[in-house]
Amino acid sequence: METLIFLLFALLAVGSSLVVVVHKNPVYSTMSLVVTLFSVAVLFVLLGAPFIGALQILIYTGAILVLFLFVIMLLNVTREESAVSQQKVQAGGALLGALVFGGMLAVLFWNARRPMDPMTEELVSMKGLAREMFGQYLLPFEIVGMLLLVAVIGATVAARKPPQPDKPVEDLEP
Amino acid sequence: MSVPVSWYLVLSAVLFAIGSAGALTRRNGISIFLSIELMLNAGNLALIAYARQWGQHTGQIIVFFVMAVAAAEAAIGLALFIAVYRQRRTIDVNRINLMRW
Amino acid sequence: MPANLLATIVNIAVMVGFILTVVPVMVWVERRGSALMQDRPGPNRLGPFGLIQPLADALKFFFKEDVTPTAVDKPLYLLAPALAIMPALLTISVIPFGPALTIGDETYPLMIADAPAGVLLFLALASLGVYSLVLAGYASNNKFSLMGAIRASAQMISYELALTLAVLAVVIPVGSFHLQDVVDYQRAHVWNFIPQILGFVVFLIASFAETNRLPFDLPEAESELVAGFHTEYSAMRFASFFMGEYMSMTSLSALGVTLYFGGWSLPGVDLHGWLGAVVGLLVLVAKIAFCMAIFVWVRWSFPRFRYDQLMRLGWKVLLPVAIVNLILVAVLTLSGVLGAP
Repeated sequence: METLIFLLFALLAVGSSLVVVVHKNPVYSTMSLVVTLFSVAVLFVLLGAPFIGALQILIYTGAILVLFLFVIMLLNVTREESAVSQQKVQAGGALLGALVFGGMLAVLFWNARRPMDPMTEELVSMKGLAREMFGQYLLPFEIVGMLLLVAVIGATVAARKPPQPDKPVEDLEP
Repeated sequence: MSVPVSWYLVLSAVLFAIGSAGALTRRNGISIFLSIELMLNAGNLALIAYARQWGQHTGQIIVFFVMAVAAAEAAIGLALFIAVYRQRRTIDVNRINLMRW
Repeated sequence: MPANLLATIVNIAVMVGFILTVVPVMVWVERRGSALMQDRPGPNRLGPFGLIQPLADALKFFFKEDVTPTAVDKPLYLLAPALAIMPALLTISVIPFGPALTIGDETYPLMIADAPAGVLLFLALASLGVYSLVLAGYASNNKFSLMGAIRASAQMISYELALTLAVLAVVIPVGSFHLQDVVDYQRAHVWNFIPQILGFVVFLIASFAETNRLPFDLPEAESELVAGFHTEYSAMRFASFFMGEYMSMTSLSALGVTLYFGGWSLPGVDLHGWLGAVVGLLVLVAKIAFCMAIFVWVRWSFPRFRYDQLMRLGWKVLLPVAIVNLILVAVLTLSGVLGAP
């Protein structure tokens, strides 16, 4: 049963990620990425991390990709035109991707593999995660909070209109 | 029969390879960004798979931080795209080449 | 394994049946309730008290001509109404409607998805509702639709923050994200809306904005931007948007009732077994009905918010109040007033 769910969502993830990198229209790419991230969230839950799975849907598909869609619509990004030389670039890209994949497979099977322990209640529960997060990793947590604050300020400043010189105030009627 | 962890790692490698191929071939800035998000998620999948294999929470915590950093990066990156679009009226990365040699 | 599957199917039948039945009932309640508040009769031609009116509306939507404009982005245009209904159906799956039933030696929880991260899953799936608005506005190839869609989705994601913080404050004294644990906590202590009245007010206002109901329905108002993001939709697709709105109202009310008003439990009554399950379901339905009546009541009592007033309220008023509520609840929990988690 678990194998069936894994195969289904793994195929869905791979298929929609191919659509993400191949489709010319950026809105379709973004919606395919939504499907990919949803499948990856399901795989997270299958791996015993339901909290991270829910967070993936909440943060990635619920916020980040909506932001992507907003910007695509604001900037009216249209379909990419493909020049003739695009074919060579795409073939080169596919080759590079295959090389990267092959390299990763080689490293994977080079290292010794350890058999898996059965999934414990402790791994899935959020109490253990929270205990570690707010115990050992409290400082990175706070720093990430500051990072998000800095990112919000930076994004607001970077995206606003450049300040206009003040226009002279017209004389008001008495 | 439980799914072996190496299957998840292979899937993560596939997603990463697809993402990197997309990031290097696309001409649209937003599409490059989407491919980068795909690569980040492939890394997250590998981390969670390892957290499962070793029975510890460290992988999940790292993924939490990676997600927060990815959100921050997406926000700033898209703001920069908006700023560049105001100047150059395009996001085609072949045309935003003022600093190229 | 088959017993578990059967239990899940029964759970799905109950909850999905409930949420699909609510839609025609709400159509009738809305029209008669608004008529009552406006001192006019309302629909009373079809059947006693106009009870056949929703059926007539449904038939009208079925037989109306389905006009698809030529220049729309076909796949996204057809996907958007389906995406309007999906989040509501997904989120209803984590709401418990009764105490866990013990048949033989197996205990079956009375919810579709017995997820340990139930509350978080609800919020995550509810945030998917933005996509139907955005895609509808984009695919319609219409300036007014796009503007309406951008405003609607900006409104939704702004109020999602306040909603999440209010919900988080409920989780702190309970110590678990599972909604059954939230109900058990409220059975053992007091209903959550008394110590967390601030959070409840924030949740209420945010849920009006999340479902695009008045006083926050600028994106779909009849006199603004033609009709907002669903300008180019007709007949059954338009009905899908409205069904989606009523269904998300229902599921958000179900969450609010479970978090703040004790869910399926009655104070002082110990429910268990089959009788407890049926009574629990009826109690939950009654509480949700009360919440929906409040939705209709508020709709016809307040003027509409302007867009900048709306955003100011969400970011500058609700968000700080939700944060203050969170800190207050954390302090009360640590000092032991709200019972140990």
